Amino acid sequence: MPLISVKNLSKIYETDGSETVGLKNVDLVINEGEFVAIVGPSGSGKSTLLQVLGCLDRPTSGEYILDGKNIQDYSDKELAEVRNKKMGFVFQQFNLLPRQSVLENIKLPLVYAGIDEPERTRIAQEMVDLVELQERADFFTTKLSGGQKQRVAIARALANNPKIIFADEPTGSLDSKSGEIILDFLQDLNDKGHTIVLVTHESYVADSAKRIIHIRDGNIEKDEPVITRRIISKEGFKR
Amino acid sequence: MQFRDTFKISVKGLSTHRGRSLLTILGIVIGITSITLVNAIGDSAKSMILSEVEGLGSNNVFILPGKEPAGPSDFGGSILNNSLTARDLESLGRKSNVPDALSVAPIVFGPVVASWESEVYSTMVIGTTPELVDIYGLGLDQGEMFTADDVTQASDNVVIGKKVADKLFGQSDIIGEKIKFKDNNFRVIGLLQEKGQSPFVNFDEIILAPYTTAQQHVLGFRYIQRIAITATSPEVVPGLIQDIESTLRDNHNITDPKDDDFYVTTMKDLANSISTVTDILTILLGSVAGISLVVGGVGIMNIMLVSVTERTREIGLRKALGATNSDILKQFLTEAIILTVLGGIIGIIFGVGLSFLATIAVNRIWGLNFPFTLPISGIILGVSVSTIIGFVFGIYPARQASKKSPMDALRYE
Repeated sequence: MPLISVKNLSKIYETDGSETVGLKNVDLVINEGEFVAIVGPSGSGKSTLLQVLGCLDRPTSGEYILDGKNIQDYSDKELAEVRNKKMGFVFQQFNLLPRQSVLENIKLPLVYAGIDEPERTRIAQEMVDLVELQERADFFTTKLSGGQKQRVAIARALANNPKIIFADEPTGSLDSKSGEIILDFLQDLNDKGHTIVLVTHESYVADSAKRIIHIRDGNIEKDEPVITRRIISKEGFKR
Repeated sequence: MQFRDTFKISVKGLSTHRGRSLLTILGIVIGITSITLVNAIGDSAKSMILSEVEGLGSNNVFILPGKEPAGPSDFGGSILNNSLTARDLESLGRKSNVPDALSVAPIVFGPVVASWESEVYSTMVIGTTPELVDIYGLGLDQGEMFTADDVTQASDNVVIGKKVADKLFGQSDIIGEKIKFKDNNFRVIGLLQEKGQSPFVNFDEIILAPYTTAQQHVLGFRYIQRIAITATSPEVVPGLIQDIESTLRDNHNITDPKDDDFYVTTMKDLANSISTVTDILTILLGSVAGISLVVGGVGIMNIMLVSVTERTREIGLRKALGATNSDILKQFLTEAIILTVLGGIIGIIFGVGLSFLATIAVNRIWGLNFPFTLPISGIILGVSVSTIIGFVFGIYPARQASKKSPMDALRYE
C-alpha cells in the first residue's frame, strides 16, 4: 500500500525576482515498510524533495497523497499535526535543545501532541532504553558526543510512533563508527515496520537502504533497488 | 497543547538567558517602582491630611471673606478682603439669628517677633475670643484663658503655646511674665497644653490674644479674617449654614446670593478639595512614571525581536516536531508577559519598601505623623499595567516568531 504518492511535484524558489528550480515534475511512490535512500550531488534537489515530503515546505505545484489523504491543501495547523503524528525527523546537525536534558528533548513532540506528563515520561523513558542511553537520560544534550546526540534525535523522532522517519544526512556530522551505529538503528527500525526516507551523498550509507533514488537537476534520474545491501550487524562493533 | 507546558517552555527559554532577561526587565522595574511609590506616598499624604482635618470635628464651619475659590488654584477672591466685621460676629452670636450655633469665635492673625529679656522668637499672633478653646478643644497647662472682658477692654493679657514658652523662657514658672512684641508689652496669663499639629495651625507655636487687642496693637486693621462656628451637632450643619448666610446677607444688604462677599466652608468641603489636590498630584506624577513604563516596554520588544531572530533554529525545530503557529505565538508572548510581570512584582516590592523608608524619613525629619499605607491600588495597578505592557509589546515579536516557516528556520545559521 502506498504511504507516499506524489505526482508532478514541482518546487520553484523565487529570490530577488530570479527563479531557481528545486524540483521539476517529480512522480514518486513510496510504500509502507520501505527504506529509501535519496542520493545525488549537492544542489540536485535531494534535500528539497525530503523537505517537501516531510511537510516542512510546500510544493509550488503537484499532488501529494500521504497515507491515503490528499494533503496539498492542508492548512499550516493541519500540516503541523501531520508532522507531529505521522513523521519523525533526524537532521544532520541533530537540532537538540541545549541546556535541556535528554529526556526533555525526547518529550518535545509529545508535548505538542498534548500528551499528559506521566505518560510523556513513560514514553520518553522507553525511547531512551531503545537507543541505549539509559545512563545519560538526565544529562544536558550539550554534554553528549555526536553519536549520542544523534541517538537522542532518533529517540525523539520515534516518540509519537510515526509511520515515516525522514533523515537528512544523519551520519554527515559523525565519524564512521558513530555513523554505523546510527545506520544500524535505522535498519532496526525499518525491520520493525517504520518507513525510512534518508538523504545522503555517501554511497556506503545509501547501500544500507533497500532502494536508491538518484536525483539530478530536480528530477529522478534513476530509481533502483539495492542488490547487495549492507546489513550492519551488532557484532561488528561495540556500541 | 496545555498552557502549563507553554509556561514551562517559556520559563526555560528565559532562564537560558538569565542575565539578558534581568537587564530587559530593568525598565519595567523602575517604572513600576515609581508608580507604586507615587501611589503609596499620595495615599499616605491624603490620609494624614484628611485625618487631621476630620480631627477638627465635622460640626465646625468657617466663614471666610470674599468669593469662594473656583478651584484649588483660585486665590483671587479670598485675598485682601475686609467684609467681615465685629458687627457680623455679634449678629452671628445671637441665638435668634443662628439657633444651632454652640460657639462662635473670630480669628485674626499675623506674624510677630516676640521677645523676653534677651530671648527672641518669631511666631504668630492669633486674635480671638475665649470660645476658640471650645472649638479647637484646647486645654490649659498653667494659668487661665483670657475672658470676654479682656476682649471688650482690648487688654494686654495673652496665652502662649508650649514651644513659645520653651523658646522664650526656658523655665517653668512663666505666669505673670511680660513679653514684648510690636513695641507693646503683654502679660502672659496662661500656657496652652501641648497639642501638636492641628490643621493649618500648630497651637504649640502661637500666641493667643484677645482679637480686639490683636487688631489694635498688632495688626492695625479692624476687620475679621475668619469666623469659626461649632454647630450643636453634625446633623444641623446644613441649616446652620443657611442661617449664617441669611444673617450675613442682612448685615451686608445683599439680596442676590451671587453678590455674596463671604463664603462658608465646612471641614468636609476642605477635605474634598485637599483630596482633589493630592489626587491630581498623584495622577500627574504617576503619568510621568507611566512614560518610563512605555520606554521599558519598548526595551522588552527590542530584546524579544533579537531573541526571536537568534532562536530561528529553535522555532523551526519546534515546528518540525509539530508545534503550530499559535503554539509558537503563545510561547513568545508568555515569555514577554512573564518578563514584565516579574518586573512588575520586583518593582512593587521596591516601591513598597522605598515608600516605607520614605514614611520613616518624613516622620523623623519633619516630626509629622505620616502614616505608612500599603498601596493596594498601586499594587493592583502595577500588576495589571505590567501584564498589559507585556501583551502589547510582546505580541509583535511573538507574531514574527510564529510566521517563520519550519524550513526557513532550519536553514538559518
